[in-house]
Amino acid sequence: MAGPLGSVVELGAALDAGETSALALLEAALARAAAVEPDLQALRGLRADAARAEAEAADARRAQGARRSALDGVPIVLKDNIAQRGEPTGCASRILEGYRSPFDATVVARLRDAGAVILGRANMDEFAMGSSCENSAYGPTRNPWDPERSPGGSSGGSAAAVAAGIVPAALGSDTGGSIRQPAAFTGLVGMKPTYGRVSRLGLVAFASSLDQIGPLTHTARDCAWVLDAISGHDPGDSTSLPEPPLLCAEALDGDVSGLVVGLPRETAGLEGADPRVLARVQAAVETLEGAGAKCVEVSLPHMRYGIAAYYLVATAEASSNLARFDGVRYGHRAQGAHSLTEMYERTRSEGFGAEVKRRILLGTYVLSAGYYDAYYRKAQKLRTLLRADFERAFEGCDVIATPTAPETAFPLGAKADPLAMYLSDVYTVSANLAGLPAVSLPCGFEDGLPVGLQLLGRPLEDATVLRVADAYQRLTDFHLARPPEPA
Amino acid sequence: MPKLSREEVERIARLARLRLGEAEARALAADLEAVLGYVAQLEQVDTEGVEPTAHVIPFATPLRADEPGPGLSPEEALANAPAREGTAFAVPAVLEGEDEG
Repeated sequence: MAGPLGSVVELGAALDAGETSALALLEAALARAAAVEPDLQALRGLRADAARAEAEAADARRAQGARRSALDGVPIVLKDNIAQRGEPTGCASRILEGYRSPFDATVVARLRDAGAVILGRANMDEFAMGSSCENSAYGPTRNPWDPERSPGGSSGGSAAAVAAGIVPAALGSDTGGSIRQPAAFTGLVGMKPTYGRVSRLGLVAFASSLDQIGPLTHTARDCAWVLDAISGHDPGDSTSLPEPPLLCAEALDGDVSGLVVGLPRETAGLEGADPRVLARVQAAVETLEGAGAKCVEVSLPHMRYGIAAYYLVATAEASSNLARFDGVRYGHRAQGAHSLTEMYERTRSEGFGAEVKRRILLGTYVLSAGYYDAYYRKAQKLRTLLRADFERAFEGCDVIATPTAPETAFPLGAKADPLAMYLSDVYTVSANLAGLPAVSLPCGFEDGLPVGLQLLGRPLEDATVLRVADAYQRLTDFHLARPPEPA
Repeated sequence: MPKLSREEVERIARLARLRLGEAEARALAADLEAVLGYVAQLEQVDTEGVEPTAHVIPFATPLRADEPGPGLSPEEALANAPAREGTAFAVPAVLEGEDEG
């Protein structure tokens, strides 16, 4: 069987040393996909021929000494909600069947400028609504660590593709934990940048005030390389911060002496926290202390209301954003409707899956006359209180450590109750509600399944959380473990 | 816990331009009640005088010069249209009962 690809840094070094070529890496990625995809179902579409042309161009640049960046020639996959010109963008939904994007997302344009080779699209929960990848209209992706378990979601296909060694890096999107929780479930580094760091132009909108694109990789250094390439101001996204691209990679000095790590005293009391996961996080913080970091207790009293506020804000914004899928301009259209209204209703009822309908209805309800103040506005006020909690906490620490998810990867089908599924995001939604940078990285194993450590930083201090994550990976080898090879 | 009548769910579905079957409406009503029951805990939080967060990182709304730039050509814009007439998106008649034209 074709073996797994290495990390971005390893592949970049092999390319620089002339030990391999971009085309050879691409063929290795395609062979690996052919070997593992029948079981995994991580990918929604491969663009083998176009990717071969891109790889050959990357090799030609290197031959002329004109490599564009450290990513030049490195294969990567994109979540199925990120637009690539001329390619399908499906959001794993029936309603976008047949749709091809007329433009590149800004992150795609930046990856192309960096020379990355785009292998294809990754499976996801429909419209990024879910925490298990089971809400894909095309069936779930499986976890490479245990095919009976979920890889997490909604960026579960991106996570599984990297964890299984098809590609060394993938892009996902994170609205309430959709990059970090799959990273935790598959033993990867997954980063949600500060809100506004990465352009959302070309990311199909779910909840606009929460959505951010970010990388999934094996290491913090890989993550920094990808994030540096895709970040920075974009005039095409009015919520994009007026800041230059990040330079995280050069901040990774391995030094955590004097760093103060905050541990929220509320962490253990949140719903569903597995004591074994809490113990792994505690041990990870002690590892950082051993390298000169200091640990303090902090308090985030409003963190426990995060899920409630999140499911009001996210569904309200989703109900508005998904109004555009009406069968007029693109995607699925119901046949035989006798009026415009009937066409809208039947198109949407046929095209959307159960969870998307559930969230559109909840969002429509909380925005409807008489309920706006009690729900949406109340939730937006909670965000202000949560941001104030973090501001106070960060007066006394540099990063905050929590579990990424309350438990390790759960079996497919284990969370049939929507509310139980929503609670998987109990530790991750706060970073979205407050706009903070947050990274998940592997900090151990329980019963052969990876455990995720989450590090949150002050707004704009994306480089700090990656510096701490990288320092931790210099002290540990959890990120070097790979899932068992399929039988 | 808030109680959602079937009429209320159907009203919301109409606002959202969704058609629900009877069993689907019943199941969704139960799901929505459960979630609304959960989010009711926000009532415990005193938000008197708290400003709602509209943008997590406050900065001035960016403005740009009102100058035309490149956009999609009519053919590019229509390439995904389920139905078209000339350079327009074709849709069924707006008034109920009229034939699709």
